[in-house]
Amino acid sequence: MENKNKKTLLKVENASFYLNDKALIKEVSLQIKQGEIVTLVGPNGSGKSTTAKIALGIYKKIEGKVRRFTERIGYVPQKISVDWTLPIRVIDFMSLTEDLKNDQINVALNLTGVDHLKNKSLSNLSGGEFQRVLIARAIAKKPELLVLDEPVQGVDFKGEIALYELIKKISEKLNCGILLISHDLHVVMSATDFVICLNGHVCCSGKPHTVVKDEKYKELFGDRASNILSLYEHDHDHSHSADGSIDPKK
Amino acid sequence: MFDDFFVRALIAGIGISLVTGPLGCFVVWRRLSFFAGTLAHSALLGVTMALFFEINIAFSVFIISAVLAILLLQLQKKTKLPNDALLGLLAHASLAVGLVVIGFLTSIRFDVMALLFGDILAVNQNDLLVIWLGGGLILIILKLIWRPLFASTVNYELSEAEGMKPDKFNAIFTILTAALIAISIKIVGLLLITGMLIIPAATARNVSNNPKQMVIFSVIFGLISVLVGLFTSLKINSASGPSIITATLLLFIISLIKFKKVSDLKK
Repeated sequence: MENKNKKTLLKVENASFYLNDKALIKEVSLQIKQGEIVTLVGPNGSGKSTTAKIALGIYKKIEGKVRRFTERIGYVPQKISVDWTLPIRVIDFMSLTEDLKNDQINVALNLTGVDHLKNKSLSNLSGGEFQRVLIARAIAKKPELLVLDEPVQGVDFKGEIALYELIKKISEKLNCGILLISHDLHVVMSATDFVICLNGHVCCSGKPHTVVKDEKYKELFGDRASNILSLYEHDHDHSHSADGSIDPKK
Repeated sequence: MFDDFFVRALIAGIGISLVTGPLGCFVVWRRLSFFAGTLAHSALLGVTMALFFEINIAFSVFIISAVLAILLLQLQKKTKLPNDALLGLLAHASLAVGLVVIGFLTSIRFDVMALLFGDILAVNQNDLLVIWLGGGLILIILKLIWRPLFASTVNYELSEAEGMKPDKFNAIFTILTAALIAISIKIVGLLLITGMLIIPAATARNVSNNPKQMVIFSVIFGLISVLVGLFTSLKINSASGPSIITATLLLFIISLIKFKKVSDLKK
């Protein structure tokens, strides 16, 4: 396989995490290499975000082993509450964890389509705009490992697909590894190299093709979820606008 | 033109406001005003210790505040009491113990009022040295840890995930706060130092839209307050601390009026 010579960025081995004696996840293992997109899917409360936080070292009291082989990490958390007593603009937020040049900030904001918000206060952004800023911030520092926890929540449908395409592009361009968490089975399945289906533990995992045919996957998401690939895996030579009409690609 | 003591008070006050500005912004952003108040209350005990063992006041206050901060962390882990209750407990307990102990130190004539509310007459050259060297050091450290500290202030998990080590820098910030209180109680007084931290920063919040701007305004408002407060104190013979804090309050009120007008214009 082409990934064989690539650097491993993250290795989680048999990680379990307990909160008040209740196991949030049990014996989860995963690994991410350069240029690879690994996706976590699973129902609510299945431990997707927990797994991401363990991988990132936010939760430290765990059983098992987590090893990160890079320090260049970009993180888009699922929930973020910025205290509004803090006056902070998009441009200040962009270089939160690393000093960035103005160009880098512009490019990143441009990629996620929010360059016009650069001097706006964070507190004035809508949910979708804020999400785009979060993604821009995470990619602006050119990370080796990108962890995206429901990155497109609150983004309109058209923007959603565009952002997933962007994420795919970024993984190729920066050759970074991506850990992606998402509900949108259809979009995710078509853009990912490896799928891990979580339900407290690893239900099943593998290439998207194999996972959707797995009985356990069908049990978790229903039979219809299996058909997702056939629906979405055709080559897109066009995109759809909000009313369903076809926009030919340039 | 002015008496020596007044010049010393001015130099001390200016030094302190240069430090309270940036530190105060972080105190406001991180919602630590009650915590800073607790540290300040414990300063009385620190001063008592200093008199008892005949050591430097600033040093002794710093040690006591640091011990208190560690104690708080332990209590947070071991009890199920909410943070504000723990802070109240520590603040008033240490104040009370300090006052009781002072009562026993009959050999020393001691002006408690000066300690609580600041006394410009009390500033000597040694204090100036402590304020400017200590303050300079605090500012340099704050400048060095600015990015990780700010990142963890905005979002703890984000900064942890991206390798900013928030716990470490939060601890350093606590130490800096204790150090600031240690060097500034003589001029502002321990009951009012929290005001000096919070009010100029709060005033600055009303007129700024980004963090650096807020820090700069906060320093400027602190400086103005110290100057106005000290001159008033000289003129009408009021205690220096309350005069300075009253000046910060006036600026805060003015900032409210101005803030309203600017936002009205935008509409």
